[in-house]
Amino acid sequence: MNRATSLASRSLHLWATAVLRSEYLVLLLCGVLFTALAPFTPGLATASNFTNLLGNLAPLLVVATGQMLVLIAGGIDLSVTSTIALVSVVGAFVMNGDDGWLKGSAAAAPAAVMVMLGLGALVGLGNGLAVTKLRMPPFIVTLTTMMFLSGLAVWLTKSQPIYHLPAGFTALGSRLWLALPIAAGLTGFAHVLLARSLFGQWLRAVGFNARTARVSGVPEGAVVIGAYIASGLLAAAASVLYTARLETGSPVLGQRILLDVIGATVIGGTSLFGGKGKVLWTFFGVLFLTLLDNALNLLGLSHFTIMMVKGGVIVLAALMDTARNRWLAT
Amino acid sequence: MTPLLQVESVEKSFFGIPVLKAVSFTIGAGRIVGLVGENGAGKSTLMNLLGGNLHPDGGTMRFNGNSYAPVNPRAARAAGIGFVHQELNLFPNLNIAENLFLTNFPQTGPVIRRGELHKRATALLKTVGIELPSTTPVDRLSNGERQLVEVAHALSFNARLIILDEPTTSLSARETERLFKLVRQLRDDGRSLIYISHALDEVLRLSDDVVVLRDGEVVGQGKATEFDQNKLVSLMVGRELKQLFPKGRSLPLRRALESNEVGAEPRAPLLEVRKVSQPGVVRDVSFSLRRCEVVGLSGLMGAGRTELARILFGLDPHECGTILVSGEPLTGSPRRRIRRGLAMLTENRRDDGLCLEASVADNIALVTLPNYTTSPLRLINFASLRNGLAKIREAVRLQPKLSNEQPVKTLSGGNQQKVVLAKWLLATPQVLILDEPTRGIDVGAKSEIYQLIRDLADRGAGVLVISSELEELTGLCDRILVMNRGRIASEFAPGEFDRERILNAALPT
Repeated sequence: MNRATSLASRSLHLWATAVLRSEYLVLLLCGVLFTALAPFTPGLATASNFTNLLGNLAPLLVVATGQMLVLIAGGIDLSVTSTIALVSVVGAFVMNGDDGWLKGSAAAAPAAVMVMLGLGALVGLGNGLAVTKLRMPPFIVTLTTMMFLSGLAVWLTKSQPIYHLPAGFTALGSRLWLALPIAAGLTGFAHVLLARSLFGQWLRAVGFNARTARVSGVPEGAVVIGAYIASGLLAAAASVLYTARLETGSPVLGQRILLDVIGATVIGGTSLFGGKGKVLWTFFGVLFLTLLDNALNLLGLSHFTIMMVKGGVIVLAALMDTARNRWLAT
Repeated sequence: MTPLLQVESVEKSFFGIPVLKAVSFTIGAGRIVGLVGENGAGKSTLMNLLGGNLHPDGGTMRFNGNSYAPVNPRAARAAGIGFVHQELNLFPNLNIAENLFLTNFPQTGPVIRRGELHKRATALLKTVGIELPSTTPVDRLSNGERQLVEVAHALSFNARLIILDEPTTSLSARETERLFKLVRQLRDDGRSLIYISHALDEVLRLSDDVVVLRDGEVVGQGKATEFDQNKLVSLMVGRELKQLFPKGRSLPLRRALESNEVGAEPRAPLLEVRKVSQPGVVRDVSFSLRRCEVVGLSGLMGAGRTELARILFGLDPHECGTILVSGEPLTGSPRRRIRRGLAMLTENRRDDGLCLEASVADNIALVTLPNYTTSPLRLINFASLRNGLAKIREAVRLQPKLSNEQPVKTLSGGNQQKVVLAKWLLATPQVLILDEPTRGIDVGAKSEIYQLIRDLADRGAGVLVISSELEELTGLCDRILVMNRGRIASEFAPGEFDRERILNAALPT
């Protein structure tokens, strides 16, 4: 009797360990969430909702991937949402049909995209330099960057959204067959960089132990700056997708997604202490949060209720991560 | 008379791998028991069981006549077992008294009675022989004094059994003597102590009884007088370890070899340090290192040895003086110096030698990774990297059963050190700076690392070894330099290796 129960509990323990250890755990949770909610959430399992879901997922995945790179390096980038807003309005300044600098020109859309990406990279460079050369804490640097850029975006536009963007540009957001490959391409590239390149290995080494990395000849400053530039660049790319989708240059674009960006990355399993993270994990985290958000919306909950539920879920995810580490350690 | 501690068939496994197999031993009241064993033999696990950090899978323990199964460290303290950890567990920002009574402040309601606190702390400090006010912040204490404060902490809750884990690793000779005196005095008061150390001579000198662990089993126990160093070593490693230091080639033979290699200028120094100074750290340091040579750097703690090494490797600046490698000035970041053939094994592998969370493979590859990449994205060629890893793992004799994917934090100290060495050897360095290369590792791994160092020198590298173990330097080196307060005080050639003279040169005058 005793032996039988102990055997049962032992196999349960083994099973639980295998599940907890699996890197597909979050994907599994997505499946559980979907099957649990589908029966009584009208419109969750429909083709048009899947389109909507993917449209929401693509830009979030792009920003979160950038955030993950910075977290792996042992930093954090709180400025991504303000970067999205600033890049959005500056892009709109370049190309809008009313008083845009390149109004009506065929080159307006491509030039605007270039300017947007360049600006994102520049913000990342600034953050990276402040963190490495001035040795300021990443939290403070990017928090102040966030405040500054957010103010700048509103000041530049006098808090008015900018409309009449060229059709060639808005297609990037409204056509899923354009937005998805862009997001997939960017994250796929990030994956290759992280998993197979020298930069990826160095990034992890710096995140695990910057002093060891330095003694071992890793150019740790350049690596960290690279991570922030990548984050700024990916935030700008996400801004292109968001701006095109909304057909508006908005100074408050992305204001509400900071929680989603960091939450999705952490739910995916990227460590806040540096060193650990994968693009695949971030994809699962983004999928999970997007799905949750989508289902709660369909259930007709208010924005504030959704925020509360998401906050709770992110706490649970953090808790699970600690529990998982403790469980696996014994 | 019943013994103070009775450990009976205690077992413990991690991930299904047994770490302790039916361990039994007893400790009498008023005895000093030396616990020895190689890294990974199970010493730390056993002590963590006693200290309440871990719980046994099987077996029983009795302490002070009662059944003993502490649920946490607090329960162990309450039962009367004190633990002085290898990594000191004091809060440097608090003062001595606060550290001593952190979990047990004398209070009136919520208010700490400062007067009472310092009275009790002062009494404890007197017992352990610290003549400092109890209000001294701990960050102003030397390592030796911190150790004594930890002992005082154990006495603050009147521990009957005190466990000392590698207490002398970072102590000077005088501090060690002071600690030993205290340990004997505590024994004479009727307390028992478990003394864990790799320094076997110390164990034999201090202990009344000895317990030897190997692979999770007790392979020897008895009165210390029944053992000598050779017997302990052979019990620990399970074989007769004939010779700790490699025989190596004789000096003249290597000189001949060297002249063939370098041709016209056989004696041209590989590394030349000329009048290097940095205020408050090193003064006017000049020396040279030739091919095929192992040079030892001896001195007390704080003499500037590690600081000099960090300057040579470009980790810290120096105000004046030049460093030459093969006749060319050496400047810039560690990265540039690595390209010039330098390698540096740092004093503390946990701080800046390893990425503990990362895998064995990632750690070994860290320095040489750029050589295994192809442009434009600098993607890593994993197949050729694996080949390189396999070769270097064999060269440093890293335990074959360790997987490349295993995080290095799960490795024993000896294997961790081999990982650091492998990392550098993969870069085929010309000048190696090894700061305390055998700190905290067991005797088997030690002798393997000595052999590796000798082989490197024989193949043409120059090696600078910093060590606090004089025996290590005299056994391994071709020359010994002694540093004293930032200067190189004297130099000893092989014929002149004399413990006493070297020690005297290191002592402040």
